[in-house]
Amino acid sequence: MSDDHETAEPQTLPLDAWHRAQGARMVPFAGYWMPIQYQGIVAEHEWTRTHAGLFDVSHMGQLLVSGEGAAEALEALLPGDVLSLKPGRIRYSMLLDENGGILDDLMVTNVTPEGGTPTYYVVVNGATKWDDIAHLREHLPDEITLTHLEDQALLAVQGPEAANALRRVFRDAMGDLKFMQGTAFRFGEIEIGIGRSGYTGEDGFELSVPAEHAETIAGRLCAEIEIKPIGLGARDSLRLEAGLPLYGHDLSPDTDPISAGLGFAIGKRRRADGGFPGAERILSLIENGTETKRVGLTLDGRLPAREGALVYLGDEEVGRVTSGGFAPTLSHPIAMAYVASTHAAEGTELEIEVRGKRLPARVASMPFVPHRYYRGN
Amino acid sequence: MARYFTEEHEWIDVEGDTATVGITDYAQEQLGDIVFVELPSVGTVIEKGKDAAVVESVKAASDVYAPISGVATEANAALEDDPALVNSSAEEDGWFFKLTIADKSQLEGLMDEAAYKSFVDGL
Repeated sequence: MSDDHETAEPQTLPLDAWHRAQGARMVPFAGYWMPIQYQGIVAEHEWTRTHAGLFDVSHMGQLLVSGEGAAEALEALLPGDVLSLKPGRIRYSMLLDENGGILDDLMVTNVTPEGGTPTYYVVVNGATKWDDIAHLREHLPDEITLTHLEDQALLAVQGPEAANALRRVFRDAMGDLKFMQGTAFRFGEIEIGIGRSGYTGEDGFELSVPAEHAETIAGRLCAEIEIKPIGLGARDSLRLEAGLPLYGHDLSPDTDPISAGLGFAIGKRRRADGGFPGAERILSLIENGTETKRVGLTLDGRLPAREGALVYLGDEEVGRVTSGGFAPTLSHPIAMAYVASTHAAEGTELEIEVRGKRLPARVASMPFVPHRYYRGN
Repeated sequence: MARYFTEEHEWIDVEGDTATVGITDYAQEQLGDIVFVELPSVGTVIEKGKDAAVVESVKAASDVYAPISGVATEANAALEDDPALVNSSAEEDGWFFKLTIADKSQLEGLMDEAAYKSFVDGL
């Protein structure tokens, strides 16, 4: 059965025992036992914004797509410009269905060795990885190899002090990366893939390490004074403040990249030439606009509006919240919502209904908290 | 004054015909950082087992069910400005609301502190 992974007992990840030893509260998430928090979501959130946090995201799917024509093959499935992606560069993209609906969002890194076979490292969401793999197997040409790196753990180190702390551990081996660049290096006998990206809005890195060495690396990183382990709870509040959508909530097959505000991920050439699933519809949405838009909403007071809450302009229902919560950095609630494009301009005063009460909300530009990516100098 | 506990992790202080209701330290620990508490307004008729309050943590909204029936006489105003009081002092300053007790027999079968402690230890 295809949904065994959703109904079966949660699986354990390589760092399971390590998390428990750090005092994590473990919850089932995307088919795995995952740490939701250690000391508390707000404390962990603030630590990441001021120092650096280690996030275990080993539930995510790490894939390799390789073979002559791998870039062209990927471009047939996603709207990103893969052909122009140079080795060592990372790009955000999405898997789309034939209607342009979003099947998943992902990061793709060109990891082609010098003079070697074109190879792309793709990281997809944990909850969707099995469907993604099935989709890729079905649609990639036979000469393209898809490898699921099941024996790799994935650790994110995020925060303004992440670079300093990592450099102290890995020295010059990790190279001089800027945002959305990646490389691989050896740490002793351990082969580590590293990319300067993340899901918090802060400068940070993601490290792909062999599962058998994950505890060693996690322990070594958390021995640095700046780095503490951070749970899923703070990961969610951090990404929400950063205005980053969460698949399954803010993105789904019912949403398209343009309504979702992810048009930046469709390059100029792809807009001109199309050739990706749903291209006709998506190009028309770029041209003519969308009915709804993913917007940020800020709320006064302290009562959060959560996923599913309806958005009103007077008596008219104009949208629905897809993610919402209290923003620890801002000390007020924020939300993402799909709102009718006619009412999506920044500053528009709307209301969100929570338990029969109307809460005033204002359309705000995202990110709610400025990104602090390292782009050099 | 007697203090009772429920399996839903509420505590009830009973003084004459009035009860004060809050959530236990175990409950606040489970909920995590609390950012908002929605309390019944004075005069609200509270029915045992029905929603009486809502606790919003960073994580999620959680309903607090009324452990006994009655009429709300006071809501803890301090929680409006400082909902985190529930985290720091769940079983004292972080009380939720007071109510007149409609039916004292509803207190029967609730746990005392020792019984609640062993209940929590068994979770």
